[in-house]
Amino acid sequence: MKADVVVVGGGPAGLAAALKASEHADVVILERGSEPGGILPQCIHNGFGNFVFNKMMAGPEYAQHFIDRVNESGIDVKLETSVIEVRADKGKKVVAASPSGMLEMEAKSVVLAMGCRERSRAQILLPGTRPAGIYTAGTAQRLINIDGVMPGRRVVILGSGDVGLIMARRFTLEGAEVEGVYEIMPKPGGLTRNIVQCLDDYNIPLHLSHTVVDIKGRERVEGVTVAEVDGSMHPVKGTERFIPCDTLVLAVGLIPENELTRRAGIDIDGRTGGAYVDEHMETSVPGIFACGNVVHVHDLVDDVTVSSEIAGEYAGRHASGKNEKPGIKKGIKVVAGENVRYVVPQFLRHMDMEKLTFYLRVGEEKENVTVTVSCDGKVIFEKRERMVKPPEMVKVNVPASVIPEAEEGLRVDVAVNTEGKNG
Amino acid sequence: MDENTLKITCIECPLGCEMTVEVSGGGTEGAGRGDTGKGREIRVSGNRCARGKKYAVQEVVDPRRVLTTTVFVEGGMRPLLPVMSSGAIPRGMVMDCIREISKIKVKAPVNYGDVIVKNVCGTGVDIVASRSMVRK
Repeated sequence: MKADVVVVGGGPAGLAAALKASEHADVVILERGSEPGGILPQCIHNGFGNFVFNKMMAGPEYAQHFIDRVNESGIDVKLETSVIEVRADKGKKVVAASPSGMLEMEAKSVVLAMGCRERSRAQILLPGTRPAGIYTAGTAQRLINIDGVMPGRRVVILGSGDVGLIMARRFTLEGAEVEGVYEIMPKPGGLTRNIVQCLDDYNIPLHLSHTVVDIKGRERVEGVTVAEVDGSMHPVKGTERFIPCDTLVLAVGLIPENELTRRAGIDIDGRTGGAYVDEHMETSVPGIFACGNVVHVHDLVDDVTVSSEIAGEYAGRHASGKNEKPGIKKGIKVVAGENVRYVVPQFLRHMDMEKLTFYLRVGEEKENVTVTVSCDGKVIFEKRERMVKPPEMVKVNVPASVIPEAEEGLRVDVAVNTEGKNG
Repeated sequence: MDENTLKITCIECPLGCEMTVEVSGGGTEGAGRGDTGKGREIRVSGNRCARGKKYAVQEVVDPRRVLTTTVFVEGGMRPLLPVMSSGAIPRGMVMDCIREISKIKVKAPVNYGDVIVKNVCGTGVDIVASRSMVRK
């Protein structure tokens, strides 16, 4: 089977990319679930769409908007179709297992939009027995919001990422008791608005610098032991406390899901866990694009939509032969400087866009900062921020005109300064 | 803490200012139930901008939240339909509304935006479907 553009994944990233690509070429979406929308159908809380639609929407509502448009557009959406391989050599092939058997698609462009996965118990080496009653926050969310099943009645939540906070409120509204949220770091992992509206509103305590050190129970969780941790995150002796509960929810981070990307031989950035991308969201393999949480984990779906539209636009153009200007061979590296954990895109290869948006995550919380983009030590763009925090992604829109005409060895720095200019 | 002093974390921007709100005259008992508390004097400290002050006053006078939950749906492709309030409801009425909504059962098909409960618990706010749900 042949297609101009094959999109792997029908979540918010895949849907937005497919819609844009369909303005230039024929598009097929391959989605392993039984309906499109990715994780959004189970994210029934509101807070989506603030930037893209200028109003606060629920997750299913946000997804519905894109699903309706995809259905009207004639894009071929293949559900319950799980991609098992993307081949990047000698033309692009996408191999998938579908209800009608194995599917092999030949594509001119491929968009990788597989999203991310939750970190599991095994990945954080949680000690204790292995009873039933231990769920990742996303699994608990699916059980409650999609299947209508309550995972438990007395809940301890480990990790204060956004999904964990949202689930603390959700469990409470559904009649369960949330004993507390425990966070190993000295600062919360989620957005401030979620701490206030999900924990403070319901008097759910947040215990910072705490972790779970033991799980008790044979068949079912009977309780967990929590303890304070020191500066190097080791449990402090004598601070252990046993909490009777039947459920432990883990909200301990998200990891971009890049098994297909790695097998295709696409270069991965160790800091983001996703593919290196240029300003078109094109990976190290020409014609293969990536967008959304598979590139780096976002806080807001609105940002996923915006950058996925870029991926879709250029995937569509690539497939239809409209990419006239050839890319700069080596590309301009975008280096993460002071107090910056990572920057996306990691390199610039085309220099044909009017505006470049850099997404970055800081290492430490700082007040009154200036985000600077510099080139050969010379600042070419700066933006002040009153406050930067690791859980809140920083966005910088840079007009392309300020970036000097591309030369080999050109270097763009994005550094957060701490000089006390008042923002 | 004094009964008439509240600690509020601002959510207007990522700074998250820890604000202290002192209320004199009228008390805070009515807070959260839409009691606008005429005659109260509200002093806000710890805020760093006007937006923070406005949010703090709103939180004391009439804190409101958008409510999202699910209702049972018969004959749909899923057992549950996600729903949300069409506007913010008084925070103190969230649990009342949740209890009211939990009694509801609807039949598929449902269209996105369909009103599921009109004027929930007399708040003047409707509960609407957050998505469409086709028949099984």
